[in-house]
Formats: sequence, C-alpha cells, structure tokens
Amino acid sequence: MNYCLAGYDEMFVAEGEPRPSCKDFFERLSLIDDAELRARQQAAELNLHNMGITFNVYGHADGTEKVWPFDLLPRIIDDREWSRVEQGLKQRIHALNLFISDVYNDQKIIKDGVVPAELMRTASAYRRQMEGFTPPEGVWCHVSGVDLVRDEDGSIYVLEDNLRCPSGVSYVLENRELMKRAFAQVFDGVSVAPIEEYPEQLLQTLLDCAPANTDSATAVVLTPGIYNSAYFEHTFLAQQMGVELVQGSDLVVESGFVYMKTTHGLKRVDVIYRRIDDDFLDPACFREDSCLGVKGLMEAYRLGNVALANAPGTGIADDKAVYAYVPQIIKYYLNEEAILDNVPTYLCSDEKQCEYVLSHLHELVVKPTNESGGYGILMGPQATQEERDAYVGLICSNPRNYIAQPMLRLSTVPTLIDDSLQPRHVDLRPFVLCGKEIYVMPGGLTRVALNEGSMVVNSSQGGGSKDTWVLKHHRGAPLDPCCHSN
Amino acid sequence: MLSRVADSVYWMARYVERAENVARFIDVNHNLTLGEGTTIAEQWAPLVSITGDDELFVEHYQDASRENVLQFLTFDQRNPNSILSCISFARENARRIRETITALMWQQINEFYLLVNRAARQGLSLAEPNDFCDAVKRASHTLLGITDATMSHGEPWHFKRMGRLMERADKTSRIVDVQYFLLLPSADDVGTTLDVVRWSALLRSASALAMYRREHGRITPNQVANFLILDRHFPRSMRFCLMKAQDSMMQITGSHGGTFSCRSEQHLGRLRTELDYTSIDDIIRQGMHEYIDAFQTRLNEIGNAIHEDFFTLPQGSTDATTAPVQQEA
Repeated sequence: MNYCLAGYDEMFVAEGEPRPSCKDFFERLSLIDDAELRARQQAAELNLHNMGITFNVYGHADGTEKVWPFDLLPRIIDDREWSRVEQGLKQRIHALNLFISDVYNDQKIIKDGVVPAELMRTASAYRRQMEGFTPPEGVWCHVSGVDLVRDEDGSIYVLEDNLRCPSGVSYVLENRELMKRAFAQVFDGVSVAPIEEYPEQLLQTLLDCAPANTDSATAVVLTPGIYNSAYFEHTFLAQQMGVELVQGSDLVVESGFVYMKTTHGLKRVDVIYRRIDDDFLDPACFREDSCLGVKGLMEAYRLGNVALANAPGTGIADDKAVYAYVPQIIKYYLNEEAILDNVPTYLCSDEKQCEYVLSHLHELVVKPTNESGGYGILMGPQATQEERDAYVGLICSNPRNYIAQPMLRLSTVPTLIDDSLQPRHVDLRPFVLCGKEIYVMPGGLTRVALNEGSMVVNSSQGGGSKDTWVLKHHRGAPLDPCCHSN
Repeated sequence: MLSRVADSVYWMARYVERAENVARFIDVNHNLTLGEGTTIAEQWAPLVSITGDDELFVEHYQDASRENVLQFLTFDQRNPNSILSCISFARENARRIRETITALMWQQINEFYLLVNRAARQGLSLAEPNDFCDAVKRASHTLLGITDATMSHGEPWHFKRMGRLMERADKTSRIVDVQYFLLLPSADDVGTTLDVVRWSALLRSASALAMYRREHGRITPNQVANFLILDRHFPRSMRFCLMKAQDSMMQITGSHGGTFSCRSEQHLGRLRTELDYTSIDDIIRQGMHEYIDAFQTRLNEIGNAIHEDFFTLPQGSTDATTAPVQQEA
C-alpha cells in the first residue's frame, strides 16, 4: 500500500503503522484486496441510490436531489479519547443552557462583566421576545451538533456549536446501516459503540419537555417542506420516532393551543421538534411574510401549552463572537475549566484584535458571526489579494459581524479514491441531546473533503461522509484468515 | 392522520396503479397486433382513448402511429398520464410522506422510478415493449406486496387501498368501454375467430383470462363484460374494486354497513349497492357505453367527495409547495 501521510492521520502513526486503536481494523482490511474493496464501495453506492438517501441542492429546477457520497472506510476513535470528548460536550451544553437562560432573564454574566453587554445587544440571533422566559426544564438547546476538528498537533478543538437546527444525524444512522450491509466482515467481532438508540433518545428528550398538564404527549417534527435541503432527515427522524411530520399549513393555533389538521378533525400537539428557523416560526411574532410557520405559535409557547425544540432565541449562544467566550462561560456557571478547547478566535469588534486580523489576513480564516453552512467565509491563505482586500472593507464597515481564526490543518483519514487509499481531511459532528439528562451519541457525523488537499467538507462543495466508530480499546479475538478468504 | 398525508397516500397509490394499467394496455395491444394484417396492426389510437388523453395527443403528434402512441404513453413528460409522469408523481407524493410509509415501500417506489427513468433514457425498444411493460407490472405488484406485508393496516393503509381501487375501477371501466365499442362495431362480427382473439386480449389486459376461463369457460362478449364489470371475486372487476374501496371507507369513518357519515361514503355505498343488484342484461339494455359513461361520472363524484371530506384543510390556504402532487383522473 502506498499511503503518504501528510499531517495528523486518524488511522496511521507512520506509513504502514496503524494506531493501536486501528490495529484490528487494519489487519482485517489488509485481507481484502483492492478489487474487492472497490466492489464493496460500489455496492454501498448502489444501495444509497436505491434507498433514495438524498439531499436537495438549491437553485436547480431539475435533478435537485443528490446522493451524498459515502466512503467505505470508517473513521475510528479510541473510546478512551471519546469519553473525554463526551464529558467535554456535556459540560459545554450544560453551561450554554445556563448561559441562555441567564441572558434572557437576570443577565448576571453581563452584570459581572464576563460577557460584554454590547455583544448581546448587537447579536442578530438575540430574540427580545424571549426576555423573561424560561423553557421547561430550563432547556434551550435540546439538539446540538457540535463541530470538532483535530489539528496537526493532535488536539481536538471545538469549531462551532451549531445549536439551532443542526442536520446530519440521519446520515450517521444510515451510514451505519450501509456499513453493516456492505462491509459486514470488518464489523464481525469488533466492538463498535452502538448509535441506533438515537431516535429513542430524541423522542425521550422531546417528551421530557412536554407541557406538564398532558398525560400522553404528542410530538411532531415541523419541516419547512420538501424543498428544504435537509428534508430527507426530517422524514427520517419522524419515521424513526413514529411521529407525524408536519408542515406549517398542517398546524393551527386555537385558544392558545396548537392542533394538527387530521382526517378526523383537529388533534392537539404538545411538542414540536422544529426544523424551521426562529424567524419563520410565527408570522405574528417574527417575520410577517413567513408562510412556513404557524400564526399564534409563539403565544401558545409562552403560555406553556406547547414545547418547542430547540427553543426560540437559542441562537444567541451560537453567535461566533459569543463562541469566543464559551471557556469563560463554562468557568462562570460551572466553576470548571473547559474540557474541550476552542480554536483561538480574534473578535473584530475588539479594536486591538481587529487590527491584528487586518494585518494577518493572509494566514487567517475570517467568518461572519451569524452564518452557518460555510457561507461568507474567507480562507486567507488561499484567497487572492483582491478577495482579501474586499474583506478589509467588509470587516471595517461592520467589525461586530466578523471573527477570525488561524487556519487549521485538519487531520486525515484513509479514503478510497479510485482504486487506492489516500489521506483526506475530515471533521466530526457529534450530536448532543439535552432533556432531563444529556445524551451524546458515540461518534457522530464524519465529513470528508474528497478533493485532494481540500479542507472544505461541505456537501455542496465536494464533501462526502464516513461511518464513525468509537472502538473499545481492548483487542478482540485474533483473526482467522480462513474466514475471510472467500 | 394528517389530511395532507392522507391526500398524498391516496394519490401515490392512484398513480402507481395508473402506471401499471398503462403498461397493461400497451402490452396487450402489442401482442394483439403481432402477426396481424394492416387493419389491426394500425390500431394504436384506441389506447390513447382509453387513457382519455386524445386532445393532448393530437396537440403533440401528427398521427396515431405505433411509435407515436408508445412514446406518448410511456415516456412523454408532456403527457401527465404517461408511465414516466405517473411514476414521477407517485414518487413525489411518496417523498412527501416518507415518514408514513415504510422504508421498504419507499425503496421500492424509488427503484421503480429509477427503472422507468433508465428505460426512458435508453429509449424503449419499440419492437419489444413487453419487457418494459412486464417490469412495470412487476414493480407495481412488488410494491403492493411490500405495502401489505410491512405497513400496518390502519388508516393510511386504507387511504392507500382506496386510491388504488378507485383508480383500478376507473381503468377497467375505460378498457371495457373502448374495447367493447371496437369489438362490436356490428352484430355480424360476433363469433368469428378474430373476435375470440380480441376478447381474449381484453381479458388478458386485465390479467383476467385464466380466471375468466375457470368461471365461464367459453368466451362470449356478454360474459366477458359481465366478468370485468360485475364479478364478485376477480380483483380487477369494477364491482370488486368498489366493494373493497367501501370496506376501506368504513374502516376510515368507523361507520357500519348500510349507513354513512359523509358524502363520499354515501356516494360510494350507493354505487356499490347498485352494482350488487345489476345484471349484465340490464347493462346491455341500457347500452354499454351509456352505462360506463354514467359509472365514470359517478366515480369522479366519489373522488371529489373524498377530497372534500378528508383532504381539504378546514382553514388556511394550500400553497403550491405543500399541496400533494395530483391532477384529476
């Protein structure tokens, strides 16, 4: 095998030398020849096609559904390392919930001078409609998809918190199914942490937050509709939980309660897992021109007659300028040091930091504070001088709107490109559920940049995905080569 | 269940059934025209009449040649009742309710769609459309089997079954109408060899030949019509379709036999009962074409009433992006 390492690789310490956690897998993999591997990859792709596991691409009238490329080789994480990550994620989500409650109520953290008031006042995700409100169980971010990356030095950093409507969990679950079918022989005998309980956990999380006065709560998933890029995921989660998938037009608010329109009249809805942005939830409260939402929904919510997951206003903690303060936020509420590190972040709203950013654009990544999905990002080292100059203008005209971070060199995982294994850069999005308790799905979504040298993992820009294995570190039973010779 | 979901389940099933029936029509007509002289070999126009799209056809095609008719009925996306259009609509409806149908159903519909699309890209072998028609029928039957075996037979399933049966009743009535007209241009033709071939073909298009033989033996025009319209046990007869559609309706509304709780149930019960107490002689006396014409009108009334009773939202507007994919029969 000709596999040239470049930076930190998740599977190999050096060429031909797997990490201890990957040794078993590597031995099994070595028994499969290239042609067989290729055949299995093709079988997996055909499966995806037949199962119609697709995402929608905006701006195309025809053929809008695309199959998201899947790579057969899993990304493996040692379970000892994972348990630290899991602790770190729980700590983070716990602290962020306390932070959001505080921000919309007493604002102690601001009064104590830990987070500047100015930052809150100018955050576009701040929802003054939520002032004085605390959701059931004090939970704002029921479902989060925290983006993690590993840098060259081997340490794991939190890149973004994604507290609003993170997607991707359906691919994690489908990828696992796909792997079991296409690659059964490598699964046999290894102990991969199971992820299949996620839908059950999600349903529990939603029901945990149901209004107190209901005996048997009815939960639904609210989707913007079939043209949304994550529509497949919405249907998948509704189906896996056995709840209705509704659109705004299926719901109606009467006398402060939310109902869905059924073939037998109106039926009460208690919990809404909404996959619609705050702005579109309720034309009576947020954007008047929204036709995706439900008129009067926020009134029902404030009356406590329906629960919304995630809670409106949660995005305040997802602002990239607020992100920079998360270590202090954890310290403030929990009196603990952050287990997971932030990527060093320069706030352009701070005059000194802004000066540094402007003079180091060629080595920094600049991000708008309130965008997601990779929109509006400047990759300094790869950008042209004109592009960098344009950002100087953008930053100076609205410094609050930008942050900058050093360019990380993401770790790589062996990926099947044509007929050989080649290193490709990856990130990781674990999913965290927060109801009465916090649950972290083992592993998460590994996105991989399929183009050589690329660090862009987004599905719209040449990204694919992989199964993610959290592996028990003890060695399994020795392999019998005979079992794999057919 | 959600009204919108009921609507989509119903139309998903109708479109799959419609695609299957178009494949049946083509298949049988093709067999019939093989080895025949010019008179029959050129008879492709009636197929367009069966689907009721004569106007649209004339708009886009010069003449009813075999090539033109086949293209129009299989892959022409301008024809909303072509197999390709039907299966695209069916899949689009299924995609909207993927959480309601089972994963295996979705996969089958998706594979069905991919199959038809692939054939459309490759172009139909005009000399041998049978393989394609067989594949379409098989895909439709596979879906039916998967649905019955994997989906709970609750309300969504009954809406699915009602959609399928309403569509089937309509298509069987159309094929009887058109073929009866063609087969009996004058009383003199009855009893010729050609006649038996064509009546067998009519039965075969409904996969009814063997079942008919068991029931009635020799082929006579009146018995064939009797079988396809009034048979109690044959799953493609108009009466059977209405019997089972009424079963599903009662499961949905919770009404008991002989009563009704909404207009669609009233109309459906009335039409079904009439079929129960009608003989083929009554139909012949009235005139086959007149009888079937009236039947189709009433079937459409039932369809409209189903919409009003179950699918129309009590309030609020339906916009184009959320409404199920449909067009009238």
